Amino acid sequence: MNDIVVKTEDVVKEYRMGSNILRALDGINIEIERGEYISLMGPSGSGKSTLFNMIGALDRPTEGQVYIDGQNMSQLSQRQIAAFRCHRVGYIFQSYNLLHVRSAHGNVTLPMIFAGISEKERNQKAEKLLDMVGLGDRMYHLPDELSGGQRQRVAIARALANDPSIVLADEPTANLDTITGREIIDLIKRLNTEQGVTVISATHDLKMLDVSDRIVDIRDGLVERIRNRDEIEIEVGEVGGEGE
Amino acid sequence: MQQRTPIEEQIDLPFIESLRISFQSLKIRFGRSIITTAGITLGIAFLVSVWTNNEIGVALQESGRQSTINTFEETTEQGISTKDIWLIVMSLIVCVVGIANSMLMAVTERFREIGTMKCLGALDGFVVRLFLLESGFQGFSGALIGALIGTLGAVLLGLKDYGLDLFFYFPLLPAQPENGPMQLGVIIVILLGCILGMILAVIGSSFPAWRAAKLPPAEAMRTEV
Repeated sequence: MNDIVVKTEDVVKEYRMGSNILRALDGINIEIERGEYISLMGPSGSGKSTLFNMIGALDRPTEGQVYIDGQNMSQLSQRQIAAFRCHRVGYIFQSYNLLHVRSAHGNVTLPMIFAGISEKERNQKAEKLLDMVGLGDRMYHLPDELSGGQRQRVAIARALANDPSIVLADEPTANLDTITGREIIDLIKRLNTEQGVTVISATHDLKMLDVSDRIVDIRDGLVERIRNRDEIEIEVGEVGGEGE
Repeated sequence: MQQRTPIEEQIDLPFIESLRISFQSLKIRFGRSIITTAGITLGIAFLVSVWTNNEIGVALQESGRQSTINTFEETTEQGISTKDIWLIVMSLIVCVVGIANSMLMAVTERFREIGTMKCLGALDGFVVRLFLLESGFQGFSGALIGALIGTLGAVLLGLKDYGLDLFFYFPLLPAQPENGPMQLGVIIVILLGCILGMILAVIGSSFPAWRAAKLPPAEAMRTEV
């Protein structure tokens, strides 16, 4: 039996823009298995980031249900949702979303503070994670003192702080140059293969598709098609990492 | 679909953690904190100086001394001129609007931070508590400095108007003259200024922080300032 970690049922999301209603998601049904590396692909405005937000409990669907680990997310209390975000999911964003007032180390320890982990333990863990992403020597720098690639590494270390079973990455390479982007992708892929973390990534970076197990094409708020890695040919070298 | 371990409930953080995080935040954005605090200081300084000046005027008038410059021609029977009431009310309005505005701006530019903290597992109440602590501290320290500056300003003005007589009849403590209105005294005015500054700062910051904390994180992070 397949171990489904994320399942969406007819998820609809509407935004009210003045008097207009924008239907960003128009009934999405997908299932994601544990340990998979999934890329949600689509042009800007296709709804992939909206779907990303629904799966990560960062926003509420207008209609439909999202199940994670078999739990209907709409039935969770505020405290359960906070615990879910804290323990089960690690988020990586396009614009890093680091807290500017906290050092790299401070950013990585924050989710552990929320999880109630002791100071000693969280310091050790933060050092270990920052070492792993190659920032052992810049631990106490503020985000403003780090390059884009380094900030994204801090964000990855922070996403892993509470050993989540799912990592959600929203366009993690969009603000990075090709080489740095490649490094970030390799790092995320390593988490997927070595630690068995389920990776769900919204992207239009072809380099990310190359490492994905499945690619979900989203268009106009609908799943256009789902392809397995071996069904598509990507010549990453030739494309040279250009997004679209 | 398999049922995995149920999702637990998020724990409350100890108060000391909130205190530590909010002070760290104030320390690192020191420059920005100073500007916000300066807004509170100015508002309270204005209010307290007008108020204290009025207290001094009334006290010296009660004592029979008269200003060398002001002749109290507008003075009412109660001892406070309509002009003074007008000035106090105006300064109060300036103070309320100024503080509310600076706190509102300071919180609105941090919506993304609030959204991010929620992504990492912060409870709504924790976010609000952080802003409550930060703004309470900013409000109190800003208002205290403002009240002292305002008092100093009023004393200097009083010296100019009444000379050294001011110190003999300085209305430091509350007093109830036989046939006059209750005088609050400068200490109470300073204290009221501090409390008002703190309350305004806390309301001005916690209300938008509470609204931001209630938003789903995706929406809070989308907010552009």
